[in-house]
Amino acid sequence: MKISRDDVLRVAELAYLDLTEEELDKYRAQVDEILEYIGKLNELDTTNVEPMAQVLTSDQAADATLREDLVVPCAVAEEVLAHAPDPEPPYFRVPKVIEKQ
Amino acid sequence: MATMNTIGEVREAIAAKKISARELAADYYKRIAARNSELNAYLTLCEERAYRQADRVDASVAAGKPLGPLAGVPIAVKDVISTRGIRTTCSSKILTNYVPPYDATAVTRLEAAGAVILGKTNCDEFAMGSSNENSAYGNVQNPAAPGCVPGGSSGGSAAAVAAHLAVAALGTDTGGSIRQPGSFCGIPAMMGSYGRVSRYGLIAFASSLDRIGPFGHNVADLATVLKVMAGRDPNDSTSTTAPVEDYSAELDKPIKGIKLGIPKEYFGPGMAAGVREKIDAGVQLLRKLGCDLREIELPHTDYAIATYYIIATAEASSNLARYDGVRFGPRAEADSLISMYRNTRGAGFGPEVKRRIVLGTYVLSAGYYDAYYLKGQKVRALIAEDFRKAFAHVDAIVTPTSPVPPFKLGERVDDPLQMYLADIYTVTGSLAGLPGISVPCGKMGGKLPVGLQIIGPAFGEARVLQLAHAFEQAGGANL
Repeated sequence: MKISRDDVLRVAELAYLDLTEEELDKYRAQVDEILEYIGKLNELDTTNVEPMAQVLTSDQAADATLREDLVVPCAVAEEVLAHAPDPEPPYFRVPKVIEKQ
Repeated sequence: MATMNTIGEVREAIAAKKISARELAADYYKRIAARNSELNAYLTLCEERAYRQADRVDASVAAGKPLGPLAGVPIAVKDVISTRGIRTTCSSKILTNYVPPYDATAVTRLEAAGAVILGKTNCDEFAMGSSNENSAYGNVQNPAAPGCVPGGSSGGSAAAVAAHLAVAALGTDTGGSIRQPGSFCGIPAMMGSYGRVSRYGLIAFASSLDRIGPFGHNVADLATVLKVMAGRDPNDSTSTTAPVEDYSAELDKPIKGIKLGIPKEYFGPGMAAGVREKIDAGVQLLRKLGCDLREIELPHTDYAIATYYIIATAEASSNLARYDGVRFGPRAEADSLISMYRNTRGAGFGPEVKRRIVLGTYVLSAGYYDAYYLKGQKVRALIAEDFRKAFAHVDAIVTPTSPVPPFKLGERVDDPLQMYLADIYTVTGSLAGLPGISVPCGKMGGKLPVGLQIIGPAFGEARVLQLAHAFEQAGGANL
């Protein structure tokens, strides 16, 4: 077994994902099967391989890194807030974060 | 009611004033009204925006102004691509009421070229899936193979084009999500190289893999749509400055003598016999057209699925952290911020998305990062290197698009690993950042569409399109 029920609980905690008991068991079994399959990568010796962290090579990405830092108009705040679940313009309201001592 | 098969036909009819862009859009909406309840290809229609754009095109025609390359062409857009003022759900409950405040660059460029966007198409939730059965808004029927899935994740876009509910459509491809539904629905479909089309406004699944690309009724239309979208966008730092070729101008150049690689790893067990028969016939057709066929090796192919499902889920778990019920989408009630996050995400995401968040978070978590994520990145480098070596000897690579033909709705939903394994021929090109096309290559038993995939070197779109066009013109679809 690659992944335990506790592992799934821990991961769900990290991902702020509420899972039912049924989901926990189902995903544990399915993810376990997938991780078992992924284990085949260990057949490969990758000690001296550089990880591929970028897709574009540096010449392809030539100017594709940073654009000039210019102020451009972006008057979308009203529109964005109009579709928010609990807007209090110009803010998003959320449930209380800090409790009074 | 006018049915236009190609962009060329639309342009000609509109320029000659045989039909107005408004009349054509209205005809497409009539057909959508007649067929969409059965196919479920469209989730949202945007008539007002479409007619406004059609009127602009008609005004240009009346004024004798030059017309854009997509003037009046009715186009469908996958519902993971942002459209200002038009609901964009990613086929997820968590974005059920989301209305983007801006357009994706691809959409802006299509409309600047005169395209009329009809609506937003169904797909697997957050583009995660290979059958469109992971949509929160129901399955899509395959118009080319009734009772079967249309493929995924861009199933709605493929079905819309195949059923003539759009002349062309945009999809997105992360591990095969354009090419495989194109294959299943019997139409050509293409993804350009990573960096060729801006991802600005594409709601992210896996940022190092995601690409926007076209579906159409012929390869020439893919060339037209891709060319309109391609090129540097200051709003996407991974969009490249590599020059955009004139794909359409290259289409009719002779393909005689072009060196094609046939990777032996793609023709092993696991491919359905009926698919093999059609692909073998397709390869023979390319030989008859004068291509120089060579067997090549891509030795790390067998590790591609494992690598892909590490990288893609890791990136997804990170990208999907933004769905927290604060700024958009529905919010689940809770008495604290953290429970609000947890409940909103628990209620808003479907099973496949949750499974991938669990897997992706796990492979990135402390203690497992090196064993899984870093290992995956290293094997990804080996897979990309396989292709680099191969392209030193050949101009393009020919493979099947999918090892299986369209399967029955519901047949595979309960076995995620089996579903993942069927992505084997498409994830490799995704991991390596290469352009790939799926072009119709006959029908298994005369019924189930088969697709032939052509993969090119990075930024070799013109060559890929040229080969696919020659294959199509020589009757590849009727093999």
